[in-house]
Amino acid sequence: MSPYQVEQSTVDSTNSCFPLSLQGPDLIKKANGLHGFMNWKRALLTDSGGFQMVSLVELAEVTEEGVRFRSPYDGKEILLSPEKSIEIQNALEMIKRDVSGFAIGGLSGGEEKDHFWRMVKLSTEYLPPEKPRYLMGVGYATDLVVCVALGCDMFDCVFPTRTARFGSALVPWGSLQLKHRQYAKDFEPIDEDCECPTCKRYTRAYLHALFRSDTAALHHITIHNIAYQLNLMRFIRESIQQEKFPAFVQQFMKRMYGSVEQYPRWAIEALSTVNIKLE
Amino acid sequence: MPDSVLYCSLHDPASPCPSGYNTNKTVSVWGGGGRIEITLSKFMAIQQAFRADWYQSMADGEPLPPGASRKRIKKSVDRTLGFLDDCLKVHQNSEALKNTEIIGVIEGGDILEERLRSVRETVKRPVGGFLLDGFQGDSLHDDPKLNLISSVIGELPEDKPRLIHGIGKPDEVLECISRGVDLFEGFFPYLMTEQGRALTFNFKDNIDPETEVLERNGCGDNEISNKPLGNEGKMIPFTTDLRSEQFRGDFTPLLEGCSCFCCKSHTRAYLYHLLVTNELLAGVLLMIHNLHHYFGFFQSIRDALRDGKMQQLTELITKQKF
Repeated sequence: MSPYQVEQSTVDSTNSCFPLSLQGPDLIKKANGLHGFMNWKRALLTDSGGFQMVSLVELAEVTEEGVRFRSPYDGKEILLSPEKSIEIQNALEMIKRDVSGFAIGGLSGGEEKDHFWRMVKLSTEYLPPEKPRYLMGVGYATDLVVCVALGCDMFDCVFPTRTARFGSALVPWGSLQLKHRQYAKDFEPIDEDCECPTCKRYTRAYLHALFRSDTAALHHITIHNIAYQLNLMRFIRESIQQEKFPAFVQQFMKRMYGSVEQYPRWAIEALSTVNIKLE
Repeated sequence: MPDSVLYCSLHDPASPCPSGYNTNKTVSVWGGGGRIEITLSKFMAIQQAFRADWYQSMADGEPLPPGASRKRIKKSVDRTLGFLDDCLKVHQNSEALKNTEIIGVIEGGDILEERLRSVRETVKRPVGGFLLDGFQGDSLHDDPKLNLISSVIGELPEDKPRLIHGIGKPDEVLECISRGVDLFEGFFPYLMTEQGRALTFNFKDNIDPETEVLERNGCGDNEISNKPLGNEGKMIPFTTDLRSEQFRGDFTPLLEGCSCFCCKSHTRAYLYHLLVTNELLAGVLLMIHNLHHYFGFFQSIRDALRDGKMQQLTELITKQKF
C-alpha cells in the first residue's frame, strides 16, 4: 500500500526499520528524515532491528559485535551493532530524554502463550499508567484483544500484511484462504459487513481468479486486512470509551471461536486475571 | 467499469502464444493452467456468457515464422473466414449478443495477395470492425509490413473501427495511426512496469522556441524527459530503468511535470528503494504512472489529429527513438 492509502485507512502510525540500516543515516538526513523519504506525515516507529535479526536470518550472520547483513542494494556487508542501531535512531531524533512511553519487546518470537501473557501482565503492572505501552510484534486478533485487557495500548505486527501476500483474508470468524478452490465460485465479498474498498468492489471468486495472473490480488487483500485490523482496534476503543469492554470481549470470542469449549485456554486464564469471565 | 467499452480478444498480449496447435475446428489459448483448446460452440458459449461490447471473432492467427509456407498462410485465411461465418450464424440468433459487435479478423501473414483476399472477404460480412492480426511480436520497422497495413486498410470502409494487436511502442503506434489504424492494446505500460521501467518520453508538443534551441545545444533542463536514461545494459527507448544506482539519492519526482499520483507524491529515490527491496508497492506506483503517461500520449495524438499537428508529434517521438 502506498503511504497515501495507509493514511486514507486512518492508520495513525507505521513501522519501518529495514530501510534505515541499509540506506544509511546520511541519505535519510538528505531526504528530510524518514517522513520525507516515504512521504508519510503521521507517526513513525522505528525498530531496533531485533525482529529483522530473526526474520532475515538467512541474510545475516550473528557475531559478538552485532549482526552482519548482506545488503540487497549492492551485496555489500553491513554490520548492525548495538551502537550503530542506537546511532541511527538518534540520527532520526526518535529518542527523547524524557521518555514518552514504553515498548515491551522480546515477546513476539512465538513463545508459549501461557508464558507470553504472564510476561505481558508483569510488564504492564510495573509501568506508569499514564504513559502509553507499546507491545511489539503482537498482531493476531485474539492476542490483541487479550493484551488490551492486560493493559497494552499500541501494537505493531507484520502478520496482516504478510498473510495477505499469501492470499489469506482476515475476518471476524478467522481467515479465508482465498487461493482455495472452494472460493472459485463464491460471489460474496470477503466480509459483507466490511466497508473497505476491496469488499465494496470485489468478490471472493474474482480475487481467487486474479491470483493466478496478477499481483493486484495481493494488494486488494492487503487493503482489506489492514481495514480489518483497524476496525478491530476501533471497536475495542469505542467499547472502552462506552465502558462496555468486557461485553465486547465476550462478543469477539464468540464470533471467533463459536463456543466456550473452543476458546483457547490461555486466553480464558489471562482474561480472568483482569476480571473478565468468559462464558 | 460500467462506463467503458469492453472488448474481448482471443489472446493476452503480454503472454507468449506458442504456435502449432490450431486445427480446422479449434484454436488454442493459454490460461493459468496451460493450453485450452476451444471449439466454435465453446467459444460462442463463452461470448454469450461474457456479453462484452465487442469481441474478436474466433481466428487462426497463431504467429507464423517469417518464411511460413504459402499453404499455411492460405489455410489461416480460409479457417478464419470459416470461423467468422460460423460465429455469425450463432451471433445473429443469440438474444444474449444482441447488443454486442463481432470484430472481423484479417489474416494473411506477409503475402499481399492473401491479405487482400482476407480483407475483401471479411468486408462482405456484417462485422462491427476489423482487426489486423499477425503484426504482433517483431519490430514493425520494415517497409513490407507497413505497406501491408496500408494496403489492407485501403480496402476497409471509413465508418468502422480498425484495431491492431501487439503494437505498443510510441513510434510504432504513430506509424499505424498514419496508415489508418484506430485502436491499440494497452499492454505496453504493463510490460514496462514488469521490467521496473518508467515511461518517460516527451509527447507534449508545446515546447517554446527558446527551450528548443537550448535542447538542441544539449544544455536544456528538459534533458531528463527527452533522452532515455539508465544507460547500463539494454536500452529500451522511451523508458527509464529505475533500478539504476544513479537514482538512489535522487529526490526529484519520477517525471518532472507529470501530474500522476506517483509523481506528485513520491521521488525517484523512494522508487529505487522499493524496486531494489522487491516491494510490491514499486509495481503499484509505476503502473499508476505508466498508465497515466500512456493515456496522456494518446490524448496528445487525438489533439494532434484534430489540430493537424501529427507531423510535429511524429518528429518529436522519432527524435527519442534512440
